[in-house]
Amino acid sequence: MCKIEVENLYKLFGEHASHAINDMKKGMGKEEIMKKHGVAVGLDNVSFSVKEGEILVVMGLSGSGKSTLIRCLNRLIEPTEGSVLVDGQDITKFNKDQLRELRSKKFGMVFQRFALFPHKSVIENAAYGLEVQNVPKDERLKKAADALELVGLKGWEEYYPENLSGGMQQRVGLARALAVEPDILLMDEAFSALDPLIKREMQDELLALQARVNKTIVFITHDLDEALKLGDRIVLMKDGRVVQIGEPEEILTNPANMYVEKFVENVDLSKVLTVSSVMMKPFAVTYPKDGPKSALLKMKEAGISSVMVVNRERQFIGIVHVRDVRKAAELNHKTLEEVLDRDVVTVLPDENISSLFTEEKFPIAVVDEKGVLKGAVVRGSLLSALSSEGGIGNG
Amino acid sequence: MDSIPKFPLGDIIEKFIDFTTEHFSVFTRAISDITETALEHLIDGMLFFHPLVFIAIVGMVLFKFSGRKIAIGSVAGLLFILNLGLWDATISTLALVLSATLVSVSMGVPLGIMAALYKPFNRVLMPLLDFMQTMPAFVYLIPAIPFFGLGPVSAIFTTVIFAMPPSIRLTCLGISQVPSELIEAADAFGSTKKQKLFKLQLPLAMPTIMAGVNQTIMLALSMVVIAAMIGAGGLGGEVWRAIQRLWMGRGFEAGIAVVIIAMILDRVTQKTASKKK
Repeated sequence: MCKIEVENLYKLFGEHASHAINDMKKGMGKEEIMKKHGVAVGLDNVSFSVKEGEILVVMGLSGSGKSTLIRCLNRLIEPTEGSVLVDGQDITKFNKDQLRELRSKKFGMVFQRFALFPHKSVIENAAYGLEVQNVPKDERLKKAADALELVGLKGWEEYYPENLSGGMQQRVGLARALAVEPDILLMDEAFSALDPLIKREMQDELLALQARVNKTIVFITHDLDEALKLGDRIVLMKDGRVVQIGEPEEILTNPANMYVEKFVENVDLSKVLTVSSVMMKPFAVTYPKDGPKSALLKMKEAGISSVMVVNRERQFIGIVHVRDVRKAAELNHKTLEEVLDRDVVTVLPDENISSLFTEEKFPIAVVDEKGVLKGAVVRGSLLSALSSEGGIGNG
Repeated sequence: MDSIPKFPLGDIIEKFIDFTTEHFSVFTRAISDITETALEHLIDGMLFFHPLVFIAIVGMVLFKFSGRKIAIGSVAGLLFILNLGLWDATISTLALVLSATLVSVSMGVPLGIMAALYKPFNRVLMPLLDFMQTMPAFVYLIPAIPFFGLGPVSAIFTTVIFAMPPSIRLTCLGISQVPSELIEAADAFGSTKKQKLFKLQLPLAMPTIMAGVNQTIMLALSMVVIAAMIGAGGLGGEVWRAIQRLWMGRGFEAGIAVVIIAMILDRVTQKTASKKK
């Protein structure tokens, strides 16, 4: 089910946009259009769709049109031509009142520089979307308080934005967007203004939050690291055009053209990186004789959903998943034997990681020649290790 | 130069004013009568209290809203004016200034809002404001008399014209200075124009608007003194009389009373402006 469908969207900035668009369709380049018509190209025939419940990351460098694109989705910028379907309705045809209704009910937007209202307290900020919908005060403050709790800002309701750190301000921005209970979150470089540590934390929290609220999210970024981490799919843009659409791995392993290749080349360290550099230390292991309850406790302590099982010599035997272990616990099994998953891919620590991309099943166990468990590779750490070592990713 | 005849600008303006006086003076005189009555009541009301009671009330109100320093300073200043025997003149000046300010602000702020929101209106208004502000203030006194007659209403009229521009300009500035990203955020959540204005633009522009109001009050005070020439009375009248008779001491006494009133009004409005933030 597609939540948003963008079809052949054009945006030209300038007075003679309607003349210029014809030349553009004939394939005239950005510079020529500027020279001939004095019109700047924002979007050039952009088409893509966003599935319900996915995080779609639109990524590109500055000037690639990504900010224009996200603003065309709720018509903060009027597209010159093309259609934007939200739940099957073409919103480019909406009149003023329909548009306002759409913006206030379906969309929540989070901005790069937070755009909090300095004269309103944190909770009033969070309640703003409801306030303009004329929701009664008690109700909107309650919903705003819930949204603030969701983003971990309980207790800060009466503060003013200027008293908050950048990360906290953006949580307020997020709460303001969530409070209206929108179907779609538009996040315009939402974490780009934060320092790297806070940024990573916010990314993790967004993913955790998404697992709970399951919104459709369009996330704009210029940071490949972020795109890889957050995106279910990535739309790569350049000069107002879509260069490639695909899942993160697809873009890394199979760049559509030179541009994408250049983009990811700094990231494509798979040829030089070895497994040991991307693996995580096995911070929790369990033994086959351990009962399910003890395994559950270890998972809970470590905050993970599966745990490696080793024998007394720390040789790798298999893996158990929380779902199975819980079942075993309910059935009062004494050991983990019954639920042990032995069908796990193993690799050597000094192997090249490029081979791991084709694997379907994660985590992957890292063992040495003697079969002793050295670590584990999960999908997320593989991708983020790739990108965080790269150049563009940290820009 | 003799071959080119002088452009009859003065004649045209005179004819125009004659024409409007002839046809509209019924209205302007009516306005004048009403305003004058209202003004008299205002002055009577203010003089109804014994000066010491009035000063005590002012002191208490300022103590509550503007802080101890301003309250003490104001009370001392007013007591000094009372001591100089200028109380009645001061009250009538104060009444003129407050009325003129009220009119200026209640017209100036809406005009400023419109200028900020509608660019074409802004383009028409700005040159007009330049005109209003740079034209020597005395010139306004002349047409005021045929319209409103000699007296305080003419004084208010000229004062309003002279004192309104800062209210308009600073309201316009305050609203234009609201960061565009905040406007965008308000739009993104589906605000109407009215909601944007009252929930975002006006509250954020308030310190700047109050600075405009402060300027308007200061200009009104200076103009009210000049307007004594057309019979506005008050402290200006005292100054004017002192000039004509070369009463140097009396002139300065009245002048100092004006300064005291100006300082009180300035500090009080500035404090209000900064508190709103």
